[in-house]
Amino acid sequence: MAKDLVKTLADLKEKEALKIVEDRLSAGEDPLKILDDAKRALEIVGKRFSDCEYFIPDLVYAGEILKAITERVKPKIAKGAEVKRIGKVVIGTVAGDIHDIGKDIVVFMLDVNGFEVFDLGIDVPAQKFVDKIKETNSKVVGLSGFLTLAFDSMKETVEAIKKAGLRDKVKIMIGGGQIDDQVKGFAGADAYGKDAMAAVTLAKGWIGG
Amino acid sequence: MEKKWEEMSADEKQEAQFQKLLSPKDPGGNDLKFQSPEAKANYQAAITRLKVAIQLKKTPDRVPVTIFPSMFPFTYAGMNLQEAMYDYDRCVAGFKKFVLDFKPDIHFGAAGPGPGKFYEILNYKLYAWPGHGVAPTSSYQCLEGEYMKAEEYDLLITDPSFYFRNFYLPRVFGALEPWSMLPPLTGILEMYGVAFSFIPFGLPPVQGAYKALLEAGAEALKWAMAVGGVDGELATLGFPNVLGGFTKAPFDTIGDTLRGTKGIMVDMYRRPDKLLEALEAITPIMINLGLGAAQQTGKPFIFMPLHKGADGFLSDEQFKTFYWPTLKKVILGLIEGGCIPFPAAEGGYNTRLKFLKDLPKGKTLWMFDQTDIVKAKGIVGNTLCIFGNVPSAMLNLSTPQEVKDYCKKLIDTVAKGGGFIMANGAFFDEAKPENVKAMVDFTKEYGMHK
Repeated sequence: MAKDLVKTLADLKEKEALKIVEDRLSAGEDPLKILDDAKRALEIVGKRFSDCEYFIPDLVYAGEILKAITERVKPKIAKGAEVKRIGKVVIGTVAGDIHDIGKDIVVFMLDVNGFEVFDLGIDVPAQKFVDKIKETNSKVVGLSGFLTLAFDSMKETVEAIKKAGLRDKVKIMIGGGQIDDQVKGFAGADAYGKDAMAAVTLAKGWIGG
Repeated sequence: MEKKWEEMSADEKQEAQFQKLLSPKDPGGNDLKFQSPEAKANYQAAITRLKVAIQLKKTPDRVPVTIFPSMFPFTYAGMNLQEAMYDYDRCVAGFKKFVLDFKPDIHFGAAGPGPGKFYEILNYKLYAWPGHGVAPTSSYQCLEGEYMKAEEYDLLITDPSFYFRNFYLPRVFGALEPWSMLPPLTGILEMYGVAFSFIPFGLPPVQGAYKALLEAGAEALKWAMAVGGVDGELATLGFPNVLGGFTKAPFDTIGDTLRGTKGIMVDMYRRPDKLLEALEAITPIMINLGLGAAQQTGKPFIFMPLHKGADGFLSDEQFKTFYWPTLKKVILGLIEGGCIPFPAAEGGYNTRLKFLKDLPKGKTLWMFDQTDIVKAKGIVGNTLCIFGNVPSAMLNLSTPQEVKDYCKKLIDTVAKGGGFIMANGAFFDEAKPENVKAMVDFTKEYGMHK
């Protein structure tokens, strides 16, 4: 029996983890089971990040290893087999701001924690958030921004959501370099999250799961 | 008998640099003519206050106060950022208005927006700027990527200048793409074959690149005249710019614009030895970047924006292994050369303070943002001068009274015994002017040391 994928991946041992995946695939194992283990490993990674045992590079590297695993496993997954999702999140960097590193890490952590994430990218106009919320019926919205100009963009986005009659239907979280609780109050959001795991905790709290 | 520069100790060099700042010259090399005795007194007092705060030997007459914004001076003066980047006269006029309206003890110059047309001439691809990828009202923002490939470490380590000229610069400046055809200069050795090395300069694309370069140089010079001119004028009015230049932590040099954030983070796992070797290879280059700028401008403060060493961005172990050793070498190298390193610890630096304690006393100025600077005072207050940290959110969203309360707390705690300069904590493009004013005026009024 090969070594434990969950532990190996959670410990960020790239070569060993990929070897286990290849061995299990050639042994004819259900690829969904492998992805499930990978997901459990990433949950441990997220927990270690929350406990300040892991830091941003560890999240980024875990993401890279997961990408390599998924590339090997995906072609073997039967069509129609799908991973169950616990909820939907619309996320983007607000208008005028094109910073995406922090937002991408949040997207990744939400994704591995079971959310279906609709990433609108950068410099996203308020209306685009509104349209996507309507289209997907998402219950959680994440607004990211790094610059001081993002304060106003966040406020305008929240107002657009309100104007569209959707404010009661969604919870809005914000985050980024110069964002704090004061900006949350100013923008009219529901919560400020310090990092990617805070986003996961907030989304889980709102959606359940 | 005056000592030669090379024979001076780091202490003596720093002292000489401050003396130079205290007796400013005009561009002709004569003593600067101040516009009034009061302007002269303000200028001298500002430099002296700064010197005392940094050296940590005494308490300054009052808490120094300054503003180190990003694009705020220009939005404040009523222009959008595209105008600030393309209309140099308006840019510097706006900056002058900013300094004269808020009256910080010292300022850091109008170079922030940079010359928009210059970036166009060279087709700069590393950034989006107003009208080029972002709205005219947005500030310029970096387009991160792996401009250096993972397998190129050996090229960088062996010959950084060649790597920059032939690989990195052709990727980030569209107009310099033909530079990838240039030969190494170190192949130019003797009569036989010497002409081979010059053949590429005859090729039309290379000649086109040099044409663009000449045009870009002329544009940069035009801009520098405007930016330098307002510095000179503000000095005669009693407001010195002390900024001599900039350099970076080697880890940020590679992580920000060469390998990118994701690239360098993964390199710590996949090719740690190459990364460490490259960090060492560029360390002397980063030292010389600062020393050269200080020599050229005659000003000793070398700004170092620190990015990827912030709390959470690296573990303690990673910081200790990859970030700190070469950053420390750069800081010590600058001090040795008579400069005053001025790192800006963007984000939080709470977990890094214990490392900063190793630095020599009274030689550096540290801008802190989200670091708990009351705590920092206890840990590094005897080592370095603390600069900061009125938050961007507060400058944007609070009332002047709240800003004053915050400043009062800093003056009562962090400013005790000196070694503190009141300022914003992070670079900001927007703020309520009355909040910025409250920070400066309140510090001048309440910050008199007994």
